Amino acid sequence: MDKGQLKVEGEIEIQPTSVVLNGQPIATSETGDKMLVELYRRYVGDYPKFFKMDTLSRLGFIAAEILLKNTEHRTQTATLTEHGTQNTDMAVILANSKASIKNDTDYMATISNGNYYPSPALFVYTLPNIVTGEIAIRHQIQGETSFYILENQEQLEPIIRSTLNVKRSTILAGWCECTEPNRFYAKLQIIWNN
Amino acid sequence: MIYCVGHSIISPLGEGSQANYEAVQAGRTGLKIHTNRFEDVEPFCASLFDTPQSFVPLCIRSIEDAIGQWTMDNGQWIKDTIFILSTTKGDQLDLLTPAQEIACHFGNPNPPIVVSNACTSGVCAQITAMRLLEAGLYKHAVVVGCDIQTKFIVSGFQAFKALSPEPCKPFDPDRKGLNLGEAAATIIYSVQNSECRGQNFWTLEAGSIHNDANHISAPSRTGEGSYRCLMDVMKGFQPEDIALVGVHGTATPYNDAMETIALERAGLQDRPRSVLKPHFGHTMGAAGVVETIICALSVPQNSTFIKMLSGFGGVNAAIRLRVGQWTKDN
Repeated sequence: MDKGQLKVEGEIEIQPTSVVLNGQPIATSETGDKMLVELYRRYVGDYPKFFKMDTLSRLGFIAAEILLKNTEHRTQTATLTEHGTQNTDMAVILANSKASIKNDTDYMATISNGNYYPSPALFVYTLPNIVTGEIAIRHQIQGETSFYILENQEQLEPIIRSTLNVKRSTILAGWCECTEPNRFYAKLQIIWNN
Repeated sequence: MIYCVGHSIISPLGEGSQANYEAVQAGRTGLKIHTNRFEDVEPFCASLFDTPQSFVPLCIRSIEDAIGQWTMDNGQWIKDTIFILSTTKGDQLDLLTPAQEIACHFGNPNPPIVVSNACTSGVCAQITAMRLLEAGLYKHAVVVGCDIQTKFIVSGFQAFKALSPEPCKPFDPDRKGLNLGEAAATIIYSVQNSECRGQNFWTLEAGSIHNDANHISAPSRTGEGSYRCLMDVMKGFQPEDIALVGVHGTATPYNDAMETIALERAGLQDRPRSVLKPHFGHTMGAAGVVETIICALSVPQNSTFIKMLSGFGGVNAAIRLRVGQWTKDN
Protein backbone atom coordinates (compact mmCIF):
# COMPACT_ATOMS: atom_id res chain seq x y z
CA MET A 1 0.00 0.00 0.00
CA ASP A 2 1.25 3.48 -0.88
CA LYS A 3 2.23 5.18 2.36
CA GLY A 4 2.86 8.62 0.82
CA GLN A 5 0.75 11.71 1.21
CA LEU A 6 -2.82 11.40 0.04
CA LYS A 7 -3.35 13.62 -2.99
CA VAL A 8 -5.91 16.13 -1.75
CA GLU A 9 -7.32 18.27 -4.54
CA GLY A 10 -9.73 20.33 -2.49
CA GLU A 11 -11.00 20.71 1.05
CA ILE A 12 -13.94 22.35 2.77
CA GLU A 13 -14.56 22.78 6.48
CA ILE A 14 -17.97 23.83 7.78
CA GLN A 15 -18.67 24.72 11.41
CA PRO A 16 -21.79 26.46 12.78
CA THR A 17 -20.05 29.84 12.56
CA SER A 18 -17.55 29.44 9.72
CA VAL A 19 -16.97 28.03 6.26
CA VAL A 20 -13.47 27.59 4.86
CA LEU A 21 -12.95 26.45 1.27
CA ASN A 22 -9.41 25.50 0.24
CA GLY A 23 -7.99 27.64 3.01
CA GLN A 24 -10.13 30.70 2.17
CA PRO A 25 -12.98 31.74 4.48
CA ILE A 26 -16.42 32.20 2.92
CA ALA A 27 -18.38 35.07 4.46
CA THR A 28 -21.83 34.25 5.85
CA SER A 29 -24.31 36.38 7.79
CA GLU A 30 -26.20 33.53 9.50
CA THR A 31 -25.00 30.75 11.81
CA GLY A 32 -25.97 27.12 12.44
CA ASP A 33 -28.79 25.54 10.46
CA LYS A 34 -29.77 28.99 9.11
CA MET A 35 -26.28 29.34 7.67
CA LEU A 36 -26.74 26.08 5.74
CA VAL A 37 -29.96 27.51 4.26
CA GLU A 38 -28.10 30.74 3.41
CA LEU A 39 -25.41 28.71 1.63
CA TYR A 40 -28.10 26.72 -0.19
CA ARG A 41 -29.69 29.94 -1.49
CA ARG A 42 -26.30 31.26 -2.63
CA TYR A 43 -24.86 28.12 -4.23
CA VAL A 44 -27.88 26.00 -5.24
CA GLY A 45 -31.32 27.65 -5.05
CA ASP A 46 -33.21 25.27 -7.35
CA TYR A 47 -33.28 21.99 -5.41
CA PRO A 48 -36.30 22.12 -3.07
CA LYS A 49 -35.58 18.60 -1.79
CA PHE A 50 -32.95 20.35 0.34
CA PHE A 51 -35.71 21.50 2.70
CA LYS A 52 -36.88 17.92 3.32
CA MET A 53 -33.40 16.90 4.49
CA ASP A 54 -32.30 16.63 8.11
CA THR A 55 -29.40 18.79 9.27
CA LEU A 56 -26.81 16.04 8.74
CA SER A 57 -27.85 15.65 5.11
CA ARG A 58 -28.04 19.42 4.58
CA LEU A 59 -24.53 19.74 5.97
CA GLY A 60 -23.02 17.05 3.76
CA PHE A 61 -25.03 18.18 0.74
CA ILE A 62 -23.86 21.81 1.02
CA ALA A 63 -20.25 20.84 1.75
CA ALA A 64 -20.16 18.53 -1.29
CA GLU A 65 -21.86 21.11 -3.49
CA ILE A 66 -19.45 23.95 -2.73
CA LEU A 67 -16.39 21.69 -2.83
CA LEU A 68 -17.22 19.93 -6.11
CA LYS A 69 -18.26 23.17 -7.84
CA ASN A 70 -15.14 25.03 -6.83
CA THR A 71 -12.41 22.45 -7.18
CA GLU A 72 -10.87 21.34 -10.44
CA HIS A 73 -10.89 17.64 -9.86
CA ARG A 74 -10.11 14.84 -12.22
CA THR A 75 -12.14 11.70 -12.54
CA GLN A 76 -12.11 9.03 -15.20
CA THR A 77 -15.63 9.83 -16.27
CA ALA A 78 -16.46 13.29 -14.98
CA THR A 79 -18.54 15.30 -17.40
CA LEU A 80 -19.96 18.74 -16.87
CA THR A 81 -23.70 18.92 -16.41
CA GLU A 82 -26.00 21.78 -15.52
CA HIS A 83 -25.62 20.89 -11.84
CA GLY A 84 -21.85 20.66 -11.90
CA THR A 85 -20.27 17.36 -12.67
CA GLN A 86 -21.43 13.86 -13.39
CA ASN A 87 -19.13 11.53 -11.53
CA THR A 88 -20.12 8.01 -12.45
CA ASP A 89 -17.22 6.29 -10.76
CA MET A 90 -16.49 8.67 -7.92
CA ALA A 91 -16.75 7.26 -4.37
CA VAL A 92 -18.30 9.04 -1.39
CA ILE A 93 -16.90 7.79 1.94
CA LEU A 94 -18.01 9.70 5.02
CA ALA A 95 -17.70 9.10 8.74
CA ASN A 96 -18.60 10.47 12.15
CA SER A 97 -18.84 9.20 15.71
CA LYS A 98 -22.52 9.89 16.44
CA ALA A 99 -24.30 8.31 13.45
CA SER A 100 -27.69 10.03 12.88
CA ILE A 101 -28.24 10.96 16.54
CA LYS A 102 -29.79 14.40 15.96
CA ASN A 103 -32.46 13.07 13.64
CA ASP A 104 -32.90 9.93 15.76
CA THR A 105 -33.81 12.22 18.67
CA ASP A 106 -36.31 14.11 16.50
CA TYR A 107 -37.92 10.85 15.39
CA MET A 108 -38.05 9.57 19.01
CA ALA A 109 -40.23 12.56 19.88
CA THR A 110 -42.87 11.30 17.40
CA ILE A 111 -43.18 7.87 19.07
CA SER A 112 -43.19 8.81 22.74
CA ASN A 113 -45.81 7.07 24.89
CA GLY A 114 -49.09 8.92 24.83
CA ASN A 115 -48.02 10.96 21.81
CA TYR A 116 -47.54 8.25 19.22
CA TYR A 117 -47.54 9.46 15.64
CA PRO A 118 -44.42 8.12 13.88
CA SER A 119 -43.26 10.25 10.98
CA PRO A 120 -42.06 8.35 7.88
CA ALA A 121 -40.43 11.55 6.58
CA LEU A 122 -38.24 11.72 9.70
CA PHE A 123 -37.65 7.96 9.85
CA VAL A 124 -35.94 7.94 6.44
CA TYR A 125 -33.18 10.14 7.82
CA THR A 126 -32.47 7.94 10.86
CA LEU A 127 -29.56 6.32 9.02
CA PRO A 128 -26.23 8.13 8.72
CA ASN A 129 -25.56 6.92 5.18
CA ILE A 130 -28.59 8.80 3.80
CA VAL A 131 -26.36 11.87 3.39
CA THR A 132 -24.11 9.89 1.02
CA GLY A 133 -27.24 8.98 -0.97
CA GLU A 134 -28.33 12.63 -1.16
CA ILE A 135 -24.87 13.61 -2.47
CA ALA A 136 -24.91 10.71 -4.96
CA ILE A 137 -28.32 11.72 -6.32
CA ARG A 138 -27.36 15.38 -6.66
CA HIS A 139 -24.10 14.70 -8.49
CA GLN A 140 -25.14 11.47 -10.24
CA ILE A 141 -22.43 9.51 -8.46
CA GLN A 142 -22.91 5.80 -9.13
CA GLY A 143 -19.67 4.69 -7.54
CA GLU A 144 -19.29 3.50 -3.99
CA THR A 145 -21.04 5.23 -1.09
CA SER A 146 -20.03 4.20 2.42
CA PHE A 147 -20.55 5.50 5.95
CA TYR A 148 -18.37 4.57 8.95
CA ILE A 149 -18.79 5.33 12.64
CA LEU A 150 -15.32 5.97 14.10
CA GLU A 151 -13.70 7.37 17.23
CA ASN A 152 -12.00 10.23 15.39
CA GLN A 153 -11.06 11.66 11.99
CA GLU A 154 -7.59 10.09 12.01
CA GLN A 155 -9.19 6.64 11.95
CA LEU A 156 -10.68 7.36 8.52
CA GLU A 157 -7.29 7.70 6.80
CA PRO A 158 -6.31 4.00 6.79
CA ILE A 159 -9.79 3.15 5.53
CA ILE A 160 -9.39 5.61 2.64
CA ARG A 161 -5.86 4.35 1.90
CA SER A 162 -6.95 0.71 1.85
CA THR A 163 -9.82 1.68 -0.46
CA LEU A 164 -7.49 3.54 -2.84
CA ASN A 165 -5.26 0.45 -2.75
CA VAL A 166 -7.87 -1.52 -4.70
CA LYS A 167 -9.93 1.17 -6.46
CA ARG A 168 -8.90 3.61 -9.12
CA SER A 169 -11.29 6.41 -8.39
CA THR A 170 -11.61 9.86 -6.96
CA ILE A 171 -13.01 9.84 -3.43
CA LEU A 172 -15.08 12.53 -1.79
CA ALA A 173 -14.13 11.71 1.78
CA GLY A 174 -14.35 13.15 5.23
CA TRP A 175 -16.11 13.81 8.49
CA CYS A 176 -19.78 14.81 8.62
CA GLU A 177 -21.39 15.01 12.06
CA CYS A 178 -24.42 16.72 13.55
CA THR A 179 -25.47 16.29 17.19
CA GLU A 180 -27.96 19.18 17.49
CA PRO A 181 -29.52 21.57 14.95
CA ASN A 182 -26.80 24.12 15.57
CA ARG A 183 -23.97 21.77 16.51
CA PHE A 184 -22.26 20.23 13.54
CA TYR A 185 -18.92 19.77 11.84
CA ALA A 186 -17.96 18.79 8.31
CA LYS A 187 -14.55 18.46 6.75
CA LEU A 188 -14.67 16.99 3.26
CA GLN A 189 -11.81 16.45 0.85
CA ILE A 190 -11.52 15.42 -2.77
CA ILE A 191 -8.85 12.74 -2.84
CA TRP A 192 -7.34 11.65 -6.11
CA ASN A 193 -5.69 8.33 -6.78
CA ASN A 194 -3.27 8.45 -9.71
CA MET B 1 -8.40 -12.60 -1.09
CA ILE B 2 -9.01 -13.35 2.61
CA TYR B 3 -9.87 -16.56 4.45
CA CYS B 4 -12.78 -17.28 6.74
CA VAL B 5 -11.41 -19.14 9.76
CA GLY B 6 -14.47 -19.07 11.99
CA HIS B 7 -18.14 -18.14 11.89
CA SER B 8 -21.26 -18.08 14.04
CA ILE B 9 -24.95 -17.25 13.85
CA ILE B 10 -27.12 -16.71 16.91
CA SER B 11 -30.76 -16.15 16.02
CA PRO B 12 -34.22 -17.15 17.24
CA LEU B 13 -33.68 -20.30 15.13
CA GLY B 14 -30.70 -21.47 17.14
CA GLU B 15 -27.24 -21.07 18.60
CA GLY B 16 -24.38 -21.52 16.16
CA SER B 17 -24.12 -21.60 12.36
CA GLN B 18 -24.81 -25.32 12.05
CA ALA B 19 -27.98 -25.17 14.17
CA ASN B 20 -29.24 -22.26 12.07
CA TYR B 21 -28.37 -24.00 8.81
CA GLU B 22 -30.22 -27.15 9.91
CA ALA B 23 -33.23 -25.06 10.95
CA VAL B 24 -33.34 -23.48 7.48
CA GLN B 25 -32.97 -26.90 5.84
CA ALA B 26 -35.87 -28.17 7.95
CA GLY B 27 -37.97 -25.23 6.77
CA ARG B 28 -38.28 -23.66 10.20
CA THR B 29 -38.98 -19.97 10.67
CA GLY B 30 -38.54 -17.51 13.50
CA LEU B 31 -41.40 -15.40 12.16
CA LYS B 32 -44.53 -14.97 14.23
CA ILE B 33 -47.05 -12.28 15.10
CA HIS B 34 -46.15 -10.10 18.07
CA THR B 35 -49.03 -8.19 19.63
CA ASN B 36 -47.76 -6.59 22.83
CA ARG B 37 -44.01 -6.38 22.37
CA PHE B 38 -43.81 -2.56 22.27
CA GLU B 39 -46.25 -0.02 23.71
CA ASP B 40 -48.43 1.77 21.09
CA VAL B 41 -47.04 -0.33 18.23
CA GLU B 42 -49.60 -2.26 16.18
CA PRO B 43 -49.19 -6.05 15.94
CA PHE B 44 -46.36 -7.04 13.60
CA CYS B 45 -44.81 -10.23 12.23
CA ALA B 46 -41.10 -10.62 13.03
CA SER B 47 -38.40 -13.08 14.06
CA LEU B 48 -37.52 -12.04 17.62
CA PHE B 49 -35.72 -13.77 20.49
CA ASP B 50 -38.25 -15.07 23.04
CA THR B 51 -36.18 -13.45 25.78
CA PRO B 52 -35.18 -9.90 24.83
CA GLN B 53 -31.41 -9.76 24.30
CA SER B 54 -28.87 -7.10 25.16
CA PHE B 55 -26.82 -5.95 22.20
CA VAL B 56 -23.24 -6.25 23.50
CA PRO B 57 -23.57 -9.63 25.30
CA LEU B 58 -25.29 -11.07 22.21
CA CYS B 59 -22.42 -9.93 19.97
CA ILE B 60 -19.84 -11.29 22.41
CA ARG B 61 -21.61 -14.68 22.53
CA SER B 62 -21.49 -14.91 18.74
CA ILE B 63 -17.83 -13.84 18.53
CA GLU B 64 -16.83 -16.38 21.20
CA ASP B 65 -18.63 -19.11 19.28
CA ALA B 66 -16.71 -18.16 16.10
CA ILE B 67 -13.35 -17.92 17.89
CA GLY B 68 -13.95 -21.42 19.27
CA GLN B 69 -13.53 -22.84 15.74
CA TRP B 70 -10.21 -21.17 15.23
CA THR B 71 -6.93 -22.73 16.31
CA MET B 72 -4.18 -20.21 16.84
CA ASP B 73 -0.56 -20.89 17.75
CA ASN B 74 -0.62 -18.39 20.56
CA GLY B 75 -2.64 -15.59 22.10
CA GLN B 76 -0.86 -12.90 20.10
CA TRP B 77 -3.55 -12.81 17.42
CA ILE B 78 -5.59 -10.19 19.21
CA LYS B 79 -3.14 -7.33 18.67
CA ASP B 80 -3.15 -7.93 14.89
CA THR B 81 -6.94 -7.99 14.75
CA ILE B 82 -9.46 -5.31 13.80
CA PHE B 83 -13.04 -5.54 15.09
CA ILE B 84 -15.65 -4.40 12.56
CA LEU B 85 -19.25 -4.02 13.74
CA SER B 86 -22.06 -3.98 11.19
CA THR B 87 -25.22 -2.42 12.57
CA THR B 88 -27.89 0.14 11.73
CA LYS B 89 -29.17 1.13 15.18
CA GLY B 90 -26.62 -0.45 17.52
CA ASP B 91 -27.40 -0.49 21.23
CA GLN B 92 -30.30 1.94 21.77
CA LEU B 93 -29.12 4.19 18.89
CA ASP B 94 -25.49 4.19 20.08
CA LEU B 95 -23.21 2.54 17.52
CA LEU B 96 -19.67 3.40 18.63
CA THR B 97 -19.80 2.57 22.37
CA PRO B 98 -20.95 -1.06 21.89
CA ALA B 99 -18.18 -1.59 19.32
CA GLN B 100 -15.65 -0.27 21.84
CA GLU B 101 -17.08 -2.46 24.60
CA ILE B 102 -16.89 -5.55 22.39
CA ALA B 103 -13.27 -4.89 21.34
CA CYS B 104 -12.38 -4.12 24.96
CA HIS B 105 -13.97 -7.38 26.16
CA PHE B 106 -11.54 -9.34 23.96
CA GLY B 107 -8.56 -7.20 25.00
CA ASN B 108 -8.28 -5.74 21.51
CA PRO B 109 -6.05 -2.64 21.44
CA ASN B 110 -7.20 -1.28 18.05
CA PRO B 111 -10.02 1.27 17.74
CA PRO B 112 -12.98 -0.63 16.24
CA ILE B 113 -14.75 0.30 13.00
CA VAL B 114 -18.53 0.47 12.69
CA VAL B 115 -20.01 0.11 9.21
CA SER B 116 -23.42 1.79 9.00
CA ASN B 117 -24.44 1.55 5.38
CA ALA B 118 -28.11 0.70 5.95
CA CYS B 119 -29.19 -2.82 4.94
CA THR B 120 -25.97 -3.44 2.98
CA SER B 121 -23.78 -3.05 6.10
CA GLY B 122 -23.10 -6.78 6.61
CA VAL B 123 -21.64 -7.15 3.12
CA CYS B 124 -19.89 -3.75 3.22
CA ALA B 125 -18.22 -4.74 6.52
CA GLN B 126 -16.76 -7.84 4.85
CA ILE B 127 -15.48 -5.67 1.98
CA THR B 128 -13.87 -3.29 4.51
CA ALA B 129 -12.21 -6.29 6.20
CA MET B 130 -10.83 -7.47 2.86
CA ARG B 131 -9.37 -4.06 2.04
CA LEU B 132 -7.73 -3.59 5.45
CA LEU B 133 -6.23 -7.09 5.44
CA GLU B 134 -5.07 -6.89 1.82
CA ALA B 135 -3.42 -3.54 2.57
CA GLY B 136 -1.41 -5.27 5.29
CA LEU B 137 -2.84 -3.17 8.12
CA TYR B 138 -4.11 -6.16 10.12
CA LYS B 139 -3.81 -9.94 9.94
CA HIS B 140 -7.31 -10.79 11.14
CA ALA B 141 -10.72 -9.13 11.16
CA VAL B 142 -13.65 -10.04 13.39
CA VAL B 143 -16.75 -8.98 11.47
CA VAL B 144 -19.83 -9.03 13.68
CA GLY B 145 -23.29 -8.02 12.46
CA CYS B 146 -26.12 -7.38 14.89
CA ASP B 147 -29.40 -5.54 15.29
CA ILE B 148 -32.00 -5.78 18.05
CA GLN B 149 -35.58 -4.76 17.25
CA THR B 150 -36.98 -1.79 19.13
CA LYS B 151 -40.06 0.40 19.17
CA PHE B 152 -37.98 2.89 17.17
CA ILE B 153 -37.35 0.52 14.26
CA VAL B 154 -40.70 -1.26 14.14
CA SER B 155 -42.72 1.98 14.33
CA GLY B 156 -40.62 3.50 11.56
CA PHE B 157 -41.05 0.59 9.17
CA GLN B 158 -44.78 0.52 9.98
CA ALA B 159 -45.06 4.26 9.29
CA PHE B 160 -43.23 3.60 6.05
CA LYS B 161 -45.81 0.89 5.20
CA ALA B 162 -42.95 -1.50 4.45
CA LEU B 163 -44.02 -4.35 6.78
CA SER B 164 -45.99 -7.40 5.75
CA PRO B 165 -48.70 -8.33 8.27
CA GLU B 166 -47.96 -12.01 7.60
CA PRO B 167 -44.80 -14.07 6.92
CA CYS B 168 -43.09 -12.48 3.93
CA LYS B 169 -43.18 -13.97 0.43
CA PRO B 170 -40.11 -12.83 -1.51
CA PHE B 171 -40.46 -12.74 -5.31
CA ASP B 172 -44.15 -13.69 -5.02
CA PRO B 173 -46.59 -11.60 -7.10
CA ASP B 174 -48.64 -11.13 -3.89
CA ARG B 175 -45.74 -10.09 -1.69
CA LYS B 176 -46.84 -7.53 0.87
CA GLY B 177 -43.59 -6.29 2.36
CA LEU B 178 -40.86 -7.34 4.73
CA ASN B 179 -40.62 -8.80 8.23
CA LEU B 180 -38.02 -7.59 10.67
CA GLY B 181 -35.69 -9.94 12.53
CA GLU B 182 -33.03 -10.17 15.22
CA ALA B 183 -29.69 -11.94 15.06
CA ALA B 184 -26.00 -11.64 15.78
CA ALA B 185 -23.56 -13.24 13.38
CA THR B 186 -19.77 -13.29 13.16
CA ILE B 187 -17.22 -14.11 10.49
CA ILE B 188 -13.52 -14.11 11.33
CA TYR B 189 -11.37 -13.37 8.29
CA SER B 190 -7.64 -13.89 8.17
CA VAL B 191 -4.76 -13.33 5.75
CA GLN B 192 -3.04 -16.54 4.72
CA ASN B 193 -0.02 -16.77 6.97
CA SER B 194 1.88 -19.27 9.04
CA GLU B 195 0.23 -18.14 12.27
CA CYS B 196 -3.15 -19.19 10.99
CA ARG B 197 -4.00 -22.84 11.34
CA GLY B 198 -7.04 -24.99 11.34
CA GLN B 199 -9.99 -25.05 9.05
CA ASN B 200 -10.68 -22.60 6.28
CA PHE B 201 -14.33 -22.40 5.44
CA TRP B 202 -14.33 -20.09 2.43
CA THR B 203 -12.43 -17.28 0.78
CA LEU B 204 -13.74 -13.79 0.09
CA GLU B 205 -12.43 -12.93 -3.34
CA ALA B 206 -14.13 -9.76 -4.60
CA GLY B 207 -16.49 -7.05 -3.42
CA SER B 208 -18.23 -4.02 -4.86
CA ILE B 209 -20.44 -1.17 -3.63
CA HIS B 210 -22.45 1.12 -5.94
CA ASN B 211 -25.09 3.78 -5.43
CA ASP B 212 -28.17 4.01 -7.67
CA ALA B 213 -28.02 7.84 -7.52
CA ASN B 214 -31.79 7.65 -7.88
CA HIS B 215 -33.78 7.84 -4.61
CA ILE B 216 -32.96 7.71 -0.89
CA SER B 217 -35.72 5.27 0.05
CA ALA B 218 -36.58 3.39 -3.16
CA PRO B 219 -34.35 1.29 -5.41
CA SER B 220 -33.57 2.17 -9.01
CA ARG B 221 -36.18 0.84 -11.48
CA THR B 222 -33.33 -0.42 -13.68
CA GLY B 223 -31.37 -1.99 -10.81
CA GLU B 224 -28.42 0.18 -11.82
CA GLY B 225 -26.32 0.06 -8.65
CA SER B 226 -27.04 -3.60 -8.01
CA TYR B 227 -26.23 -4.48 -11.64
CA ARG B 228 -22.91 -2.62 -11.45
CA CYS B 229 -22.00 -4.53 -8.27
CA LEU B 230 -22.80 -7.86 -9.93
CA MET B 231 -20.75 -6.99 -13.02
CA ASP B 232 -17.78 -6.01 -10.83
CA VAL B 233 -17.75 -9.25 -8.84
CA MET B 234 -18.42 -11.34 -12.00
CA LYS B 235 -15.25 -10.06 -13.73
CA GLY B 236 -13.50 -13.12 -15.19
CA PHE B 237 -16.50 -15.35 -14.41
CA GLN B 238 -19.40 -16.66 -16.49
CA PRO B 239 -22.92 -16.99 -15.04
CA GLU B 240 -22.59 -20.81 -15.10
CA ASP B 241 -19.56 -20.49 -12.78
CA ILE B 242 -21.83 -19.15 -10.03
CA ALA B 243 -23.33 -21.98 -7.95
CA LEU B 244 -25.67 -19.74 -5.94
CA VAL B 245 -26.77 -16.13 -5.69
CA GLY B 246 -27.76 -15.06 -2.19
CA VAL B 247 -30.21 -12.28 -3.02
CA HIS B 248 -31.58 -9.63 -0.66
CA GLY B 249 -35.21 -10.70 -1.30
CA THR B 250 -36.91 -8.54 1.31
CA ALA B 251 -40.37 -9.16 -0.22
CA THR B 252 -41.10 -5.47 -0.65
CA PRO B 253 -42.62 -4.89 -4.10
CA TYR B 254 -39.82 -2.58 -5.27
CA ASN B 255 -36.79 -4.45 -3.93
CA ASP B 256 -37.64 -7.80 -5.46
CA ALA B 257 -38.60 -6.23 -8.81
CA MET B 258 -35.32 -4.31 -8.85
CA GLU B 259 -33.24 -7.39 -8.01
CA THR B 260 -34.98 -9.41 -10.72
CA ILE B 261 -33.97 -6.78 -13.28
CA ALA B 262 -30.39 -6.53 -11.99
CA LEU B 263 -29.99 -10.34 -12.07
CA GLU B 264 -31.37 -10.49 -15.62
CA ARG B 265 -29.08 -7.72 -16.81
CA ALA B 266 -26.10 -9.58 -15.30
CA GLY B 267 -27.16 -12.89 -16.92
CA LEU B 268 -27.79 -14.51 -13.52
CA GLN B 269 -31.56 -14.95 -13.78
CA ASP B 270 -31.32 -18.73 -14.14
CA ARG B 271 -28.81 -19.37 -11.37
CA PRO B 272 -30.00 -20.98 -8.10
CA ARG B 273 -31.12 -18.33 -5.65
CA SER B 274 -30.94 -18.26 -1.85
CA VAL B 275 -33.77 -16.28 -0.25
CA LEU B 276 -33.54 -16.36 3.55
CA LYS B 277 -35.89 -13.62 4.83
CA PRO B 278 -38.80 -16.11 5.31
CA HIS B 279 -36.63 -17.85 7.95
CA PHE B 280 -34.79 -15.01 9.72
CA GLY B 281 -36.76 -11.92 8.74
CA HIS B 282 -34.73 -8.89 7.76
CA THR B 283 -32.02 -8.79 10.42
CA MET B 284 -30.68 -5.43 9.13
CA GLY B 285 -27.02 -5.03 10.16
CA ALA B 286 -26.75 -8.80 10.70
CA ALA B 287 -28.38 -9.79 7.38
CA GLY B 288 -25.24 -9.72 5.22
CA VAL B 289 -23.30 -11.80 7.73
CA VAL B 290 -26.07 -14.33 8.51
CA GLU B 291 -26.91 -14.85 4.85
CA THR B 292 -23.27 -15.16 3.72
CA ILE B 293 -22.77 -17.97 6.26
CA ILE B 294 -25.94 -19.87 5.30
CA CYS B 295 -25.09 -19.58 1.59
CA ALA B 296 -21.56 -20.87 2.23
CA LEU B 297 -22.92 -23.90 4.12
CA SER B 298 -25.44 -24.54 1.33
CA VAL B 299 -23.10 -24.93 -1.65
CA PRO B 300 -20.79 -27.86 -2.44
CA GLN B 301 -17.03 -27.68 -1.89
CA ASN B 302 -15.05 -25.80 -4.55
CA SER B 303 -17.95 -23.72 -5.73
CA THR B 304 -18.32 -19.98 -6.12
CA PHE B 305 -21.26 -17.95 -4.87
CA ILE B 306 -22.38 -14.33 -4.71
CA LYS B 307 -24.09 -12.50 -1.84
CA MET B 308 -25.87 -9.25 -2.72
CA LEU B 309 -27.78 -6.62 -0.72
CA SER B 310 -29.45 -3.24 -1.30
CA GLY B 311 -30.64 -0.59 1.10
CA PHE B 312 -31.83 2.87 2.02
CA GLY B 313 -29.65 5.67 0.75
CA GLY B 314 -29.66 3.97 -2.68
CA VAL B 315 -26.69 1.79 -1.78
CA ASN B 316 -26.05 -1.70 -3.18
CA ALA B 317 -23.28 -4.20 -2.42
CA ALA B 318 -22.14 -7.61 -3.63
CA ILE B 319 -19.33 -10.02 -2.78
CA ARG B 320 -17.97 -13.13 -4.51
CA LEU B 321 -16.83 -16.03 -2.33
CA ARG B 322 -15.46 -19.51 -2.88
CA VAL B 323 -16.07 -22.45 -0.60
CA GLY B 324 -13.18 -24.86 -0.24
CA GLN B 325 -10.84 -26.45 2.24
CA TRP B 326 -7.52 -24.79 2.71
CA THR B 327 -4.83 -25.82 5.16
CA LYS B 328 -1.38 -24.61 6.07
CA ASP B 329 0.11 -27.20 3.71
CA ASN B 330 -1.34 -25.91 0.44
